[in-house]
Amino acid sequence: MMILQPVQSGYYTIFPDDFTGFSPKIAVKQGDQVSAGTMILYDKNDPDIKIVSPVSGEIVSVNRGEKRKLLCIVISVDKEMEYRDFEKKNVLQLTAEEIRKQLCEAGIFPFIRQRPYGYGACPSDVPRDIFISGIYSAPLAPSLELILKDQEADFQTGLDALAQLTPGKVYLGIHADCNIPALNKARNVEQIRFEGPHPVGNVGVQINHIKPINKGEIVWTIDPSDVLFIGRLFNKGIADFTRLVALCGSEVKKTGYHRMLPGVSIKNLVENNTTEGIALRYISGNVLTGTRIDTEGHLHAFDNQITVIPEGSETSEFLGWASLGFNKFSNSCTFPSRFIRRLTGKEFVLDARIKGGKRAMIMSNEYDKVFPMDIFPEFLLKAIIAFDIDKMENLGIYEVIPEDFALCEFVDTSKIELQSIVRKGLDLLYNEMK
Amino acid sequence: MKFLRNYLDKIKPNFEKGGKLDMFHAVFDGFETFLFVPNKTSKSGVHIHDAVDSKRTMTFVIIALIPALLFGMYNTGYQHYLAIGQNPGFWNTFLFGFLAVFPVVVVSYVVGLGIEFVVAQWKGHEIQEGFLVSGMLIPLIVPVDTPLWMIAVATAFAVIFAKEVFGGTGYNIWNVALVTRAFLFFAYPSKMSGDLVFVRTGNVLGMGSGQVVDAFSGATPLGQITAAASGPVQVTDVLGNPLSLWDMFFGLIPGSIGETSKLAILIGAVFLLVTGVASWKTMGFVFFGGIITSLIFNAIGTTPGMLIKPYEHIMLGGFAFGAVFMATDPVTSARTETGKYIFGFLVGLFAVLIRVLNPGYPEGMMLSILLMNSFAPLIDFYVIEANIRKRLKRVVAQSDNRGKI
Repeated sequence: MMILQPVQSGYYTIFPDDFTGFSPKIAVKQGDQVSAGTMILYDKNDPDIKIVSPVSGEIVSVNRGEKRKLLCIVISVDKEMEYRDFEKKNVLQLTAEEIRKQLCEAGIFPFIRQRPYGYGACPSDVPRDIFISGIYSAPLAPSLELILKDQEADFQTGLDALAQLTPGKVYLGIHADCNIPALNKARNVEQIRFEGPHPVGNVGVQINHIKPINKGEIVWTIDPSDVLFIGRLFNKGIADFTRLVALCGSEVKKTGYHRMLPGVSIKNLVENNTTEGIALRYISGNVLTGTRIDTEGHLHAFDNQITVIPEGSETSEFLGWASLGFNKFSNSCTFPSRFIRRLTGKEFVLDARIKGGKRAMIMSNEYDKVFPMDIFPEFLLKAIIAFDIDKMENLGIYEVIPEDFALCEFVDTSKIELQSIVRKGLDLLYNEMK
Repeated sequence: MKFLRNYLDKIKPNFEKGGKLDMFHAVFDGFETFLFVPNKTSKSGVHIHDAVDSKRTMTFVIIALIPALLFGMYNTGYQHYLAIGQNPGFWNTFLFGFLAVFPVVVVSYVVGLGIEFVVAQWKGHEIQEGFLVSGMLIPLIVPVDTPLWMIAVATAFAVIFAKEVFGGTGYNIWNVALVTRAFLFFAYPSKMSGDLVFVRTGNVLGMGSGQVVDAFSGATPLGQITAAASGPVQVTDVLGNPLSLWDMFFGLIPGSIGETSKLAILIGAVFLLVTGVASWKTMGFVFFGGIITSLIFNAIGTTPGMLIKPYEHIMLGGFAFGAVFMATDPVTSARTETGKYIFGFLVGLFAVLIRVLNPGYPEGMMLSILLMNSFAPLIDFYVIEANIRKRLKRVVAQSDNRGKI
């Protein structure tokens, strides 16, 4: 796969909501000049957690919604990118405290996530271990090999920095047949090999198999593409959030990889490059956990892919539940597609329809099949719905975040929004426990 | 189908909030989603969904029941003409059975779905498909001579008190169809057991009238065994001729409408297992539990009941039907995988236990499944408890480590 030309736009938009658990407080005002790396937001509860501008330019607007909730900040970009200087440093000679401070200052800390709760990591915590999943297994996931290519040094520096932050280990989950040099040759980490279909790449699944999280413990997780930010910070002395993003999906004419910064408008990317005449759904991220955006939407902070699929709202399918359904994708054996896929490897186009009405949980063992952890998903979900804290703890709430339930939500016959149940449960639990 | 879609779109506003037919919105919604796959797209959460939905799943159970239903119709006619000593040919036999059984199906569906519609409207949720299956099961597990009004009363009782009061499909504790049968069994015992109810001797709409032959006895094989004083019993058909194992397998024996043909049930079972709608663990372990229990009785037994061979237990009465279609109901059986083995095994065990040791009930399957339905949450509780204990142990084992961090 070729790397196509980089994507830029005149305006970049920062969404505080991308950083779950972050209570934004604005540090700039309209008209301020910022450079790439200037703080624009900090956390109300912990001012050390900062979000910085990915570009240099002028703050054009600060948009708020109901109850003055901060929705997004728009920055118009300069012609020449100007980086704030953080000085090159050799991580191996820095103390944990210095690394921590540097990461906070450069706005990279929010990219480190913590479990339990799936919030941004707290700089004052010392995590038991740090987990990185070196497998991208989600639908149409980009190639991690391509993302890390020629950036092995930055990746290793990032790992070295992370290793200093925990008294435990940095675990790097890699595929059994992994041939990505950056991952295979990574030092200062413990490689653990996994194989199987999605969700093998979900870091939650890997943690559960390597060393599960117990009550009272905190572990951190970070995506390999975000480890590069840490490496660039120390090797180059700048906060460079450039990502290699895959443009993918059944409705994209020319798929491929582009370099871009988070917050970039995807307008130039998708214009005249998608199927015409039908309603489309644009997603920043993958089809399971991504954020819905529109044609003029933006790349969100954590995403390495833009997916475009048919919306499907104009389809009307007569007696669909009774049809044989050779062209309908299903994980269940009630459609022949499962057998067809196995025999011929046929690919299916999926649209955004829910394809059924919401019901109570009827079928059993449906979630378990796509939830390879030592946890009973159905019973944990029921405990969350009932908000029975003891039971939630007993059934493993501290080990999961919403993305772990994405596949359960996909296969669910009863069409329940499981991820949002888990998110609400975690938020309530956090407020209860703090 | 464009025309139908357009028509629905045209009349839809009448059923929406504020429309003049607002009070029937659940009914409209039910029909609309029945005719067309809802084209609602996801607002939050995952962007793509599996094509399967509960309509699909329930439809597959109904498809699996069709062989048993059709054979049940034929057998109803067959037993009738056997009893009156006539042979009017295949189609007339089937037609007689159809005329006898079809009203039961209609009554069961009309009463059950009627209540379902009213409740959906009242609570403002969508009509749920659960009763489509229950409504088909009910006719198959009652004797053909059950008066229609009794079926109506029992269905209403089961749907309201065994399902809707618990919150509707997915929340019920007991299998709705079996509660219907249990209600009939205890409220009108004379119509649910004995020698007179399993074979229709009267005519249907004037068809098939005739005098019952002298040798006739309408006792089911299980009833004959219970009534026997000693020894292995040679079960007979309604005319007193001995029944072979093949007769029992094909199902030309007296019994509840859908339960007699093991062949039809086997077809349904294969269909349910291949499509993954029913759990092989539950189903398989019902048979396993039944076989083990009857082997134990065979070893120690002296009474006719104790001497029934394991394969006879499976071939007779509602054992196979219950194992395939009733015990596997995902809502009322155990929901954990380990629990399904235990649940299934105990259903089989108790079914045989009740058959053999309780002279009052020749058939134990219904009571056994209902009993285990009540215990299914307890089984799951202990399975989950094991997972919880494992997690707690982990905390203790790692607590030293945790102190340092």
